[in-house]
Amino acid sequence: MRPEPAGPGAGPDTVTATVPDDQLASLERGLDELTTEPRQRRSPWRVLAGRVAPPLLAAALVLLLWQLIFYVRIKPDYVIPSPAMVWDSLAELWQQGALQRGIWTSVSRGLLGFAVSVAIGTPLGLLVAQVKPIRAALAPLLSGLQSLPSVAWVPFGIILFGLAPATLYTVVLLGAVPSIAVGMIAGIDQIPPLYHRVGRVLGARGLVAARHILLPAAMPGYVAGLKQGWAFAWRSLMAAELITQSARLGTGVGQLLDAGREQLDSTLVFGMIIVILLVGVAIDQVIFAPLERSVLCRRGLAGT
Amino acid sequence: MTATETTVPGAAAPGKDTVPAGIAALAGGAVPTGEPAAVRVDGLVKRFGRGPRVLDGVSLRVPAGEFVCLLGASGCGKSTLLSVLAGLERPTAGCVRVNGGRAGLMFQEPALLPWLTASRNIELALRLAGVPRARWRPEALRLLELVRLEAAAGKRPHELSGGMRQRVALARALAQQPRVLLMDEPFGALDAITRDLLHDELTRIWGETGLTVVFVTHNVREAVRLGQRVLLMSSRPGRIVEEYPVRIDGDRRIESPQVAELSVQITERLRAEIRRHAT
Repeated sequence: MRPEPAGPGAGPDTVTATVPDDQLASLERGLDELTTEPRQRRSPWRVLAGRVAPPLLAAALVLLLWQLIFYVRIKPDYVIPSPAMVWDSLAELWQQGALQRGIWTSVSRGLLGFAVSVAIGTPLGLLVAQVKPIRAALAPLLSGLQSLPSVAWVPFGIILFGLAPATLYTVVLLGAVPSIAVGMIAGIDQIPPLYHRVGRVLGARGLVAARHILLPAAMPGYVAGLKQGWAFAWRSLMAAELITQSARLGTGVGQLLDAGREQLDSTLVFGMIIVILLVGVAIDQVIFAPLERSVLCRRGLAGT
Repeated sequence: MTATETTVPGAAAPGKDTVPAGIAALAGGAVPTGEPAAVRVDGLVKRFGRGPRVLDGVSLRVPAGEFVCLLGASGCGKSTLLSVLAGLERPTAGCVRVNGGRAGLMFQEPALLPWLTASRNIELALRLAGVPRARWRPEALRLLELVRLEAAAGKRPHELSGGMRQRVALARALAQQPRVLLMDEPFGALDAITRDLLHDELTRIWGETGLTVVFVTHNVREAVRLGQRVLLMSSRPGRIVEEYPVRIDGDRRIESPQVAELSVQITERLRAEIRRHAT
């Protein structure tokens, strides 16, 4: 029973549905059907082919170009070796087990350093984004640290910790933490104000709002920050390994590369550059690309 | 029954120069005093910082279960009034009272959270409203059924059309279990066919739920099509200048002659109001 609306004569049943209920329902279903596009399902093989074939083709072209340069003999073969020579050198290292050990040493260091960077960079980014005075104080510093090559910290690390793993981790952290924090800040800054209003209308405040609105809304920027953070971590680690040699540090990929330089072994140098590149690409493709794709696809921001 | 009330002491009765004589009585007096109003606003003044008054002495009463439309040109402060009613903005002066605790609010944009499915968007609203966990899912599905979108429960907002998103947003607003539903030009961005259909749909849902609805629009015909009462607002500062009870029996469609007739009358008044700013 509705209360009497304003004015006499306007009874409760003044406003009646103009279309009978079942007709309204079918009308609505028809319009829904017309206004939504059916989900397109592509076969997984075609998706895979579309994703894998182009980069493989590009790699093949680079190899071909390299082989051509080798044939033309711009430089002697002990300066620019052929792809096959590099392959042999890598195969030999693999048989000795040195390559696997080197990759494992570096990747485990990189991932551990990256994990610690995430643990530091995430709350740091949240804090800087949300607390105004902290933002004013630290935001320029964080952007500055991003442009400072973190290898510049190696001498400082050696003075502080000596030739110890702590030096390498310091460099990795200083490389990755700013990227992750800046990604978090960018993610939060790019949240449309409407989402905050929605949160308030629904009754979310403080930590509840952070959990249900702020953090999920900041995900695209944060994931981009993670991706860049990994790239910086890996890059910094390689640079640091290259200039620190010690039995205590073991032999990572960077140290193998430096060994190549010392022995004037260009096949080893080329081989290690390729390994460093491949490891970076592999981690990105195995961990970060799928993460980014799922975050973006869920929001309808990227095609399959 | 709980009520949220915001009163700024000492300012509840604005001076003579802020309320045009008779208007407060016109807007508020149409309803017999003593009847519990779902929404009561007395002498509301709102200004942002040191800026001009956006709202200046707005008074209105909306009895429980009424569908009232707030109509005005752009910049007349109708959205601000709604934000104050929703508790998103504090009044500078005056008294605002909304029965039944928090009012549900629908924006012009569907404002669904893009990382959640249609169903999860509603479940989040239920969760934040303090509904026990076991009831989130069934209640969300019931609300989706009410807006006839049960088939879209697992879809994400970007997979839905504009009209479907607004229906999910309506279901989400209903999930807050409000007694008062505030709607801020919710169909403004939709195509005419969809909007027409959603008018029917909203009328149906209003009939089923018995909600009090305050519907803001700048579309005169939409206001006459939907409302039992249309309140016309002036611009700069925003005030309620005229009230039109809508007495149309039986069929009421946007193209009905009775709707057109009243719309012409209201439009004339609205234009006169806008012309005042010409000099």
